[in-house]
Amino acid sequence: MSIKLGSSIMRKVAMAISGLFLIIFLTQHFVINITSVFSEEIFNMFSHFMGNNFLVQFIAQPVLIVGVLFHFIMGFYLEWQNRSARSVQYVVYKGSANSSWISRNMIVSGAVVLSFLVLHFYDFWIPEMKYKYVDILPEDPNRYYEELVHKFKDPIKVSLYCISFLFLALHLLHGFASSFKSLGTASKYYSTISLITKVYAIGISLGFCFIAIFHLIGNFVTH
Amino acid sequence: MKLKLKIWRQENSKSKGKMVLYDIDNVSPDMSFLEMMDVLNEELMIKGIDPVAFDHDCREGICGSCSMFINGEAHGPDRYVTTCQLHMRKFKDGDTIYIEPFRAKTFPVIKDLVVDRTAFDRIQHSGGFISVNTSGNTQDANSIPIEKANADKAFDAATCIGCGACVATCKNSSAMLFVSAKVSQFALLPQGEVEATDRVINMVKQMDEEGFGNCTNTGACQVECPKGISLDNIARMNRELVKAQLKK
Repeated sequence: MSIKLGSSIMRKVAMAISGLFLIIFLTQHFVINITSVFSEEIFNMFSHFMGNNFLVQFIAQPVLIVGVLFHFIMGFYLEWQNRSARSVQYVVYKGSANSSWISRNMIVSGAVVLSFLVLHFYDFWIPEMKYKYVDILPEDPNRYYEELVHKFKDPIKVSLYCISFLFLALHLLHGFASSFKSLGTASKYYSTISLITKVYAIGISLGFCFIAIFHLIGNFVTH
Repeated sequence: MKLKLKIWRQENSKSKGKMVLYDIDNVSPDMSFLEMMDVLNEELMIKGIDPVAFDHDCREGICGSCSMFINGEAHGPDRYVTTCQLHMRKFKDGDTIYIEPFRAKTFPVIKDLVVDRTAFDRIQHSGGFISVNTSGNTQDANSIPIEKANADKAFDAATCIGCGACVATCKNSSAMLFVSAKVSQFALLPQGEVEATDRVINMVKQMDEEGFGNCTNTGACQVECPKGISLDNIARMNRELVKAQLKK
């Protein structure tokens, strides 16, 4: 028994699995973040657990980073291969006649999401790593909520986040359902998968926007 | 009808092509697209101009020879038809029509609108068949019970004429719809089961070696396919390949 990534189909399957893995992570991330809207204590409790649990920090986090890197690198590699497969372009190509803009431009939405991740890492992940492993500051289980709220003070940054979430929704609207097709799901499930995809992609993106805007407004009201 | 035709002209596989404008009058709406091309070629020959080379054979939508990319779509704006079945009534008087060859690195232009689609033949040769001893003891296929639903799906897949519209349409120049139709038509039938593992592995390997792009499930291929081959076949081929690789 062997699974090789050598064939185009297995690479497609690997993209689907890594995409679904990132969707699971995204869901978990959203569930924790939405608690910040309802309860400072619960958000701090979850964040403290995620930031200090050995399994999360040293097993799940590296696996996640590998998953993210794999999905992006493979995505760009496949895009390069696909572009190379047609050396002379059509003078007239009516893609809109047979497919959605979203499905044809996954690389665009993916690149925007990647840019957002860079900003997000700069905003949250790098300061967190610096706090814990470079400056080695004493752990304060109640610092997370304040840090989160502080990050959403800037309307420009919140706008950038919301634009990124729009592109995340576009990426998910094709990617989620497409993953199941790549994994060989039978067509009788397509309508259910399509419905779940729409609800999830729009719901989670609006949800993240809501969290960012909620704290932006909270900052204005407080000050 | 009076039309302006912008047609890709290319002397041979090595030369650089370009779009050339031709005016054509007296086009009947009842003409097929290829008949309109015939009229144009007659006019060009009278003028001493090299006629436009294009593939055609049966002219009734079953051979898969004709292969034009018309106004940005494989086989033109009509659905479930090949170029030979496309009629001029789909266009309006005064229209400018862009006519290009099916484009993919794996379908190099031979001349004008004629492309080399032998990559499909090589994929078929790598596994698109069943091995049967035909020395007189072949079992009658009708005597083998087959579930109706599977027989229907297999026949649907077998309607693929290998025209290459899927490759031409796909933004990635992927041949997955063609290959999956050929894999499916056997995978769904008992006669195809024996060689199923090797078939899917070999056909996908050949498809990749030819240099076709990857499928990203845009669904464009099934919309433009003149035979309505469904994307379900691609999902089935994905399953078949994963199963085959687990067995190997």
